[in-house]
Amino acid sequence: MTENTRTIIIDGDEVTVPQDYNLLQAAEAAGREIPRFCYHERLSVAGNCRMCLVELVGAPKPVASCAFLVRDMRGGPNGEPPAMRTLSPLVKKAREGVMEFLLINHPLDCPICDQGGECDLQDQSLMYGRAGSRYAENKRAVEEKYMGPLIKTIMTRCIQCTRCVRFATEVAGVPELGAIGRGEDMEITTYLEQSMTSELSGNVIDLCPVGALTSRPYAFNARPWELNKTETIDVMDAQGANIRVDSRSGAVLRIMPRIHDEVNEEWISDKTRFVWDGLGRQRLDRPYARKDGRLTPIGWDEALDIAAKKLSGEAARIGAIAGDLNDVEGLKAAKDLFDALGVASIDARQDGARIGARDGSSPRQSYLFNSTIAGIDQADAILIVGANPRLEAPVLNARIRQRWLNSDCQIGVIGEAGDLTYPYEHLGAGADVLAGLPKKRSGFIKTLKDAQRPMIIVGMGALARPDGAQVLRAAGELAKVVGAVSANWNGFNVLHTAASRVGALDLGFLPGEGGRDTHAILDGAGKGEVDTVVLLGADEIDMERLGKAFVIYVGHHGDAGAQRADLILPSAAYTEKNGLYVNTEGRAQLALRAVFPKGEAKEDWAIFRALSARLNKTLPYDDLNALRAALIEENPVFGQIDHAPGAEGVADFDPSTLGEAGEVSDAPLRSPVTNFYMTNAVARASKTMAECSAMALAATRMQAAE
Amino acid sequence: MLLQDKDRIFTNLYGRHDWRLEGARQRGCWNGTKEMLEEGRDWIIDQVKKSGLRGRGGAGFPTGLKWSFMPKEVGVRPHYLVVNADESEPGTCKDREMMRHDPHHLIEGCLIASFAMQAHACYIYIRGEYVLERERLEAAIAEAYKAKLIGKDNIHGWDFDLYVHHGAGAYICGEETALLESLEGKKGQPRLKPPFPAGAGLYGCPTTVNNVESIAVVPTILRRGADWFAGFGREGNTGTKVYSISGHVNAPCNVEEAMSIPLKTLLEQYAGGVRGGWDNLKAVIPGGSSVPLIPKEICDDVLMDFDALRDVKSGLGTAAVIVMDNSTDIVKAIARISYFYKHESCGQCTPCREGTGWMWRVLERMARGEAETSEIDDLLDVAGQVEGHTICALGDAAAWPVQGLIRHFRHEIEDRISNYRAGKPVFVPVAAE
Repeated sequence: MTENTRTIIIDGDEVTVPQDYNLLQAAEAAGREIPRFCYHERLSVAGNCRMCLVELVGAPKPVASCAFLVRDMRGGPNGEPPAMRTLSPLVKKAREGVMEFLLINHPLDCPICDQGGECDLQDQSLMYGRAGSRYAENKRAVEEKYMGPLIKTIMTRCIQCTRCVRFATEVAGVPELGAIGRGEDMEITTYLEQSMTSELSGNVIDLCPVGALTSRPYAFNARPWELNKTETIDVMDAQGANIRVDSRSGAVLRIMPRIHDEVNEEWISDKTRFVWDGLGRQRLDRPYARKDGRLTPIGWDEALDIAAKKLSGEAARIGAIAGDLNDVEGLKAAKDLFDALGVASIDARQDGARIGARDGSSPRQSYLFNSTIAGIDQADAILIVGANPRLEAPVLNARIRQRWLNSDCQIGVIGEAGDLTYPYEHLGAGADVLAGLPKKRSGFIKTLKDAQRPMIIVGMGALARPDGAQVLRAAGELAKVVGAVSANWNGFNVLHTAASRVGALDLGFLPGEGGRDTHAILDGAGKGEVDTVVLLGADEIDMERLGKAFVIYVGHHGDAGAQRADLILPSAAYTEKNGLYVNTEGRAQLALRAVFPKGEAKEDWAIFRALSARLNKTLPYDDLNALRAALIEENPVFGQIDHAPGAEGVADFDPSTLGEAGEVSDAPLRSPVTNFYMTNAVARASKTMAECSAMALAATRMQAAE
Repeated sequence: MLLQDKDRIFTNLYGRHDWRLEGARQRGCWNGTKEMLEEGRDWIIDQVKKSGLRGRGGAGFPTGLKWSFMPKEVGVRPHYLVVNADESEPGTCKDREMMRHDPHHLIEGCLIASFAMQAHACYIYIRGEYVLERERLEAAIAEAYKAKLIGKDNIHGWDFDLYVHHGAGAYICGEETALLESLEGKKGQPRLKPPFPAGAGLYGCPTTVNNVESIAVVPTILRRGADWFAGFGREGNTGTKVYSISGHVNAPCNVEEAMSIPLKTLLEQYAGGVRGGWDNLKAVIPGGSSVPLIPKEICDDVLMDFDALRDVKSGLGTAAVIVMDNSTDIVKAIARISYFYKHESCGQCTPCREGTGWMWRVLERMARGEAETSEIDDLLDVAGQVEGHTICALGDAAAWPVQGLIRHFRHEIEDRISNYRAGKPVFVPVAAE
């Protein structure tokens, strides 16, 4: 037993637990299950459901185990260790009593409740409740509350645990949920029944232990036991949230978070959660070719022939641009094929970000979130440059907010002054502010210099502009000046917005010798210097600039790219293939297939493998395993699954040499994400996202009008 | 022997004299305050401990001991004293008279108690309905400021600010941690304990919350000595106490008397006796609506103090004696009390939120006789499921009256149920006169 632990007796068994455990955690350490409704590990303790009552030996009343610390326990009069009971008749009676109270006003509508089968109230009443009901009065009914297009409310089912209120206030940082009324009449609602203005609002659905808050798009769709559950990785942003995709007969029916403390804890953004209906709309399920100006369905054989013909042209007149949702395998196969063809004009940075290099001149640290997401919990000063983390990575933003809440961490922003859910010092809008910062003596520069673990977060808003390389240099120089890079801490961070970006940079899906980058490919196409452009799910470029070039679109959604395409090779969406994604920290994660690709669509790598055969440049792998083996051999980082390098190799990393020296412009840094709900082709196909987007826009307009 | 006028602390309880500073001074307030402070805070706490003063707000926790829980030294967080003037317990109206007619006792007490706990600021949280009381208290505080008795650089040498906060009329805000929440501007809902307010109270700072009477008696205790105060009442239940007597007595009143006075003496000497004579007494709720009632047999010889009433499974509470004679529909009366607790439950924790409404509805039916006999045991069981399982004591307060009713008047509920079934009138009031 050390100073920080204590030996206590639980139901006669001695256990040694940390002093700052609550009794509930201590009981769990001893293998006892304590029923609970309001308690949640990641929220503050409310202690209001009273389900977790346990008996403290020597105490007159049972205590709520979630709210009582091991430290506060009192030992026996003769120096015996403190003792608690979780199985005694008193505890059993107390639990039955609370359970009965929770149920007397709870409707008996389990057969039509979407929570059925995964309801804490159901499960716990089975284990800890009384067999019969003694309540003969009328049950209370609560008027419905409107909470927006995502959250369906049946507030009669609410047991007032306030998890949702605490989540909104503490984690999401939008204190818009609350309880009105007292006693029996207490009701949870949003202010004036407006929808929550948080990108994380869907998490209250998971938090709700009963069926009061359920998913509106998923309503009455399925029962949990009918669903196939696939644990995979999200691609809506570059954070790589761990998700579980629930599907039934080939359709994705819902997406839930998985717990990964170092990535997304157990939260996911609304886009991640509700984008699934977009996976069933606007899908490219067979190859198409443009004939007489119209896209006409064709067979794979013909499609590959057309593609092979176009790609066997002069290599210098061919370009390829990869989008934001690609898996590493698909990019690898494409890159190998283009290399074999001698096509040097390939680029995975469709936004034109000035980051990464194929020749190895830019180290991996130059484009990673080096502090790691979990590292935010240790930062004591954070400077955000050209990013709006609330829109670009909402879960990561919640982590910054947690850090701000729990410590004296100071936060500064260069760029747009939006609502990040925490206060910050706005240093200015233009990149010149960043470049001028090292010369200053006081203000935020001092905060950064004084900090033990400062973080500088550079967003795509700062890098995806003509002077991006110079901004990168300025950020790197600042990192050097404030000592952000030290022996065991790398405070230089790049926050990506595209799930495929880091993997593509690791892979070197970048212009080769004499190759064109995204802007040059587009310019070349416009001028007629590039004849054929392959778009690998790239939808966020200006299609007008493609001019008269022949466009081959390899992707899964009929979005901007497919509309412009002359040939469409349908591929698989992220839920439909096994793939590797590397998140903004440089953490390689394996996504698993939940459902099969739609119609005749194929996995991306298989398309390029088939194409390579037509071009007589057959790629040296016949299955995914062989491809991965080649991939890992080429770059071992892809083999280190779930490993974020963090401060590894920091000794050889000099941030002040990043990018290019030169003047930066004073044009304001703008986040690339203006409409959170519409950032990619899947989201744009989603009806739910469209509703959210319309509501968010209406809210913005209202604010502007006021 | 009854308490003599010379031993009364609240000499203007009935408002017959001047409540202002001048009048209060003539009755002894602010006399030698500086000397008392000069004795030091340990002496003050020690005197309060020796006097045996137990909290007058209901729970009866020794006041001196409570004060000694405050940190000995002021750290980075300031200390606060909060005076609970949210007197909302039905039947209780003692603090109101003190604030209305003897406000300087309270103000002086606040200064002394704050000094003893090293608090430079004190908040008086006054019940929303007490508008006139607040105005008078504020006027008295303004007088004290003007006379430099309190405030910055006052004549007592302890910088001290006193603020009056007006509540919004919720009963639950009389619970000390709910009061702190309300004072901080939040919804009045009790906090979990531990941490106790002495560790983390108002704005997370060390705080002591005391009842008005507990604070207002302190200056007189210090002036006249702990032994004087401890000379009244029984061991462990010492001092004088203001009793609020209401209900079926001939002359309802507030009266300051010694602790441990027999209930019968109290009612007969001060309240003009029970309406229709002692034998017309049915039951008494001795400490505000939350404590279990006691029937006449117990009232005959019970003493009015914490321990004696606890021994008869009731409590002294706020010493608000509610007298009910034989004309009372006792089931209806308790059902009404139950309604009060249902209405005032904050709704935070499950047993109280759900249980209070359940108990009230069953009692309403029982008052009409529309119930099963077996439901009486169910009701008792439900009350037991509420009691002791809640965050604050409101759950207990809601359960106790029901338990008291069933303990002593079960036969009456049973009669009622059988009368209802037989088609007879369910309740026949006995004429009082």
